[in-house]
Amino acid sequence: MLLLLVTFTPIVAAILIMIGFPARLTALAASLLTLLISAIIVLRFNALSGFQFVVIFPISSEMLLNFALGVDGLSLLMILLGAIVLVAAVWFTGEIEHHENAFYACLLFIGGGAIGAFASLNLFFFYAFHELALIPTFLLIGIWGTGNRRAAAWKVTIYLALGSIILLVGLIMLYHAVPASARSLDLRILQAGQIPSSLQSSIYLVLLIGFGILISLVPFHTWAPEAYASAPAPAAMLHAGVLKKFGLYGLLRLALPLLPDGAREWSGMLLVLLLGNIIYIGLVTIAQRRLDWMLGYSSVMHMGYIFLGIASANILGTTGAAILMFAHGLSIALLFGLTGEIRKRVPSLDLDAMGGLAKAMPLAAFAFGLGIFSAIGLPGFANFAAEIMIVFGAFRNGFDYQHFHIFQWATLLALWGVVISAVYMLRAYRRTFFGSSAESDLVKSDIPSGFRVPIALLVVVSLLLGFFPQIAVNRLMPTFRNYFSATE
Amino acid sequence: MISAPYLEVAVLVLGTVILLIESFSAKLDRRYLGYAALLGLTFIFLATFFVAPQSTTSSAPFWNFYSADATSLFFKRIALATTTGVIVMMLDFAPLVSSGVQGTTPQSGLGEFFALPLFTCAGLMWMSSAIDFVLIFVSLELVTISFYVLVGFTRRNPASLEAAIKYLVLSAVATGFLVYGITWIFGATGETNLQKITTVLSRSGFEQNAALFGGVLVIIALGFKIAAVPFHIWVADVYQGAPTPVTAYLSVGSKAAGFIVLLRVLEPFLILPQMQTLLVAIAVLTLIYGNLAALPQTNVKRLLAYSSIAHAGYLLVAVVSFSGRAVAFYLVAYLLMTLLSFAVLVLVSQPGGDQLESFAGLSQRSPFLAFAMLVAMASLAGVPFTAGFLGKFLVFDAAIATHHFGLVVVAIGTVGAGFYYYFKVVRAIYWDAPASSTDKIIVSPLTRVALIALIAGTFVLGVYPQPIFDALR
Repeated sequence: MLLLLVTFTPIVAAILIMIGFPARLTALAASLLTLLISAIIVLRFNALSGFQFVVIFPISSEMLLNFALGVDGLSLLMILLGAIVLVAAVWFTGEIEHHENAFYACLLFIGGGAIGAFASLNLFFFYAFHELALIPTFLLIGIWGTGNRRAAAWKVTIYLALGSIILLVGLIMLYHAVPASARSLDLRILQAGQIPSSLQSSIYLVLLIGFGILISLVPFHTWAPEAYASAPAPAAMLHAGVLKKFGLYGLLRLALPLLPDGAREWSGMLLVLLLGNIIYIGLVTIAQRRLDWMLGYSSVMHMGYIFLGIASANILGTTGAAILMFAHGLSIALLFGLTGEIRKRVPSLDLDAMGGLAKAMPLAAFAFGLGIFSAIGLPGFANFAAEIMIVFGAFRNGFDYQHFHIFQWATLLALWGVVISAVYMLRAYRRTFFGSSAESDLVKSDIPSGFRVPIALLVVVSLLLGFFPQIAVNRLMPTFRNYFSATE
Repeated sequence: MISAPYLEVAVLVLGTVILLIESFSAKLDRRYLGYAALLGLTFIFLATFFVAPQSTTSSAPFWNFYSADATSLFFKRIALATTTGVIVMMLDFAPLVSSGVQGTTPQSGLGEFFALPLFTCAGLMWMSSAIDFVLIFVSLELVTISFYVLVGFTRRNPASLEAAIKYLVLSAVATGFLVYGITWIFGATGETNLQKITTVLSRSGFEQNAALFGGVLVIIALGFKIAAVPFHIWVADVYQGAPTPVTAYLSVGSKAAGFIVLLRVLEPFLILPQMQTLLVAIAVLTLIYGNLAALPQTNVKRLLAYSSIAHAGYLLVAVVSFSGRAVAFYLVAYLLMTLLSFAVLVLVSQPGGDQLESFAGLSQRSPFLAFAMLVAMASLAGVPFTAGFLGKFLVFDAAIATHHFGLVVVAIGTVGAGFYYYFKVVRAIYWDAPASSTDKIIVSPLTRVALIALIAGTFVLGVYPQPIFDALR
């Protein structure tokens, strides 16, 4: 029941807004309500028993289709992320010049869709809820975007549509590969089935490409920076913060437990690709001259670490990956939100032209600094705890390789990414907020003081998990322990 | 309880009565004839739910031709629903008919315009029940001949005349193929009844080549009806030239009937592996051609014509994968979304024409129509929570279950292409500023109800397909 509420509150609110309810008020109320309900779910969640708060409505027995919602530790963390970022994104939405109702409705559809996907136990709705974001994204970027918004909207839509349809084929292949006794679209039943080793490899590859496009795995990443740079800030917050985690969630939820042999077979290729994300995209990020593009590329780069955690295939690495998904969502949402505010005040986000904004916007500068520190993984923020776990997890990894091998090389190389991200983040911070420029004199106002609420929300939760990662680890552990019980 | 054949009789009587009133009552406002047709069709549609199950023991010769099983009833409902939708569109289209027809009164010919679809409908319903080549041929011709008239109905419009001539010539060729194919099959097997043909074909030691040749000829003829590549050449021009409601009718009704006949005819032939290879090839060509040719279109009607070829491709994938369930569901989804898009097109194109530009800024001129078109395009492209997505899901599911991975790979590419050209329409509606006229578009209450019903159907079937599966059982 609680899960139904948390999923459908944003969606119902979006429909209400479309038929004429006051946009900002309804959206804010709905997103706060969503956050409240997900907080209640977190408090009433029992770390030791599997899927909880399960609701099932049978739809079609012939298609094995039912509408089923339920959460375990992993989906719980993701739902909480979705709710927090949704509140922040709605709060950060300022004056919308035209079609205000449509803007808020689109935001709520994206947020509700992401939460629904994380809560779904049925593959059909898992997929369908994620796709709910497709048209809203197209409209948000195309109508209210900035810069080369039309090209960006086309690119992101076609890319994601193609990725999704490949993913759909992968999902269908997955459930056809399970022996008839366990064949179901329901995750819980599906996980009981063994998939023959010979089939795992091809299915894993299809899923990796499908999810990889959605996550912007190199070489399928080109849509992401452009889309995030052009999208209105709240859309970028939700997309980079929450929606992109859907693909990673899918890999953790489906590919790892169901296709262990496939994961093993492709782990070498995945390591190469994720190093592409960390090293190559990291260097590309350094070369960026605009703040929004820099952030867009940085969000692509950080996906590499989460992939590293997933590739490690052991409890430590995957737990780290799950926590980093959460932590990265918070930090990138904060950074994109603040960038949107800066964009409203300065003529261009060119790093060379900006400077000295800290004088006029002290609050924004402070918050942006916190966002940067968490993004580069300063101790105390959840990102740090997560990255440590990932690195240790990947160094040991879940495969019984002998001697010094590719995983350890990859881990060592990936560590350099921390340096790279510190370079571009701190440099961008300095060039935006310190020094002086002609532009900074034009800026008259800081961000509204009310924005302290969403900023505090994003920062405090990240700090909380940074100091007490056990809160998340305890809830994630049972899920991942099941995955790797055979190997460890 | 009603016996199934009475349904067709009722439709025919309705059509004849409307035609008679048209001829003998000079003063009546002709639009009432349209409303009468709607009312009658609705009653007949409801009546299909009270049809007595076919008695298996009955040995009357009639039942060698005619089947009243669940599938045929289901397709009769599709035909009736389509015709209802088309007549609603025709009522909106009526002003253009009057200007396209020479006559003494402003409403000349309008009565015939409402009566002809009823005869087509009767033909479609017979087709869905036909299990003998003779009845298949006769009903197919009834459908085709009434379409000849409908396509060229706006006689003053040269494009419409051109479309009619093209349709006439190419349909005649297709009919030739059909008759020739039937003759070969009859010559080889000595039967015209599909069930008996199956028995003969599966007999061991039977020389199959002659029958196979006949089967291929029949498939070519049906390929014309369902607009499969390489038998699609007439589609774009005829769709663009015909009056818009007729285009909608062609693209839904004609296609649905083509597929039910294809399913029935293939049943005996699918035991032959050559047939399957041929169908896979046709499906691949249809998918690729339909989707790629739709990409550069700037005329919405023409875009929908190519999209109709593309959807024939997905349907053929379902046919090749032996999934009658997927075919039936996909056709229903296709009916909903195609009628929806054509109904919006009829209203939007009346002031501005069929070009994509007349959709520019529709979100400001009529938010309701804009939303309706958004739903139609999303469903055609295959966005989840719409019937179109569930249809594609079933098609992919069937193709993967039967290991047609080559088809799946092609279909992935074409779905991606589909997103581009359908979203082009969405872009025009929501991104672009209104081009010339910024007048609000008036939607009549009847059309509004029809549009809302289609939108609701698209969403409901997108998550709850069970009614369709139940109806097929």
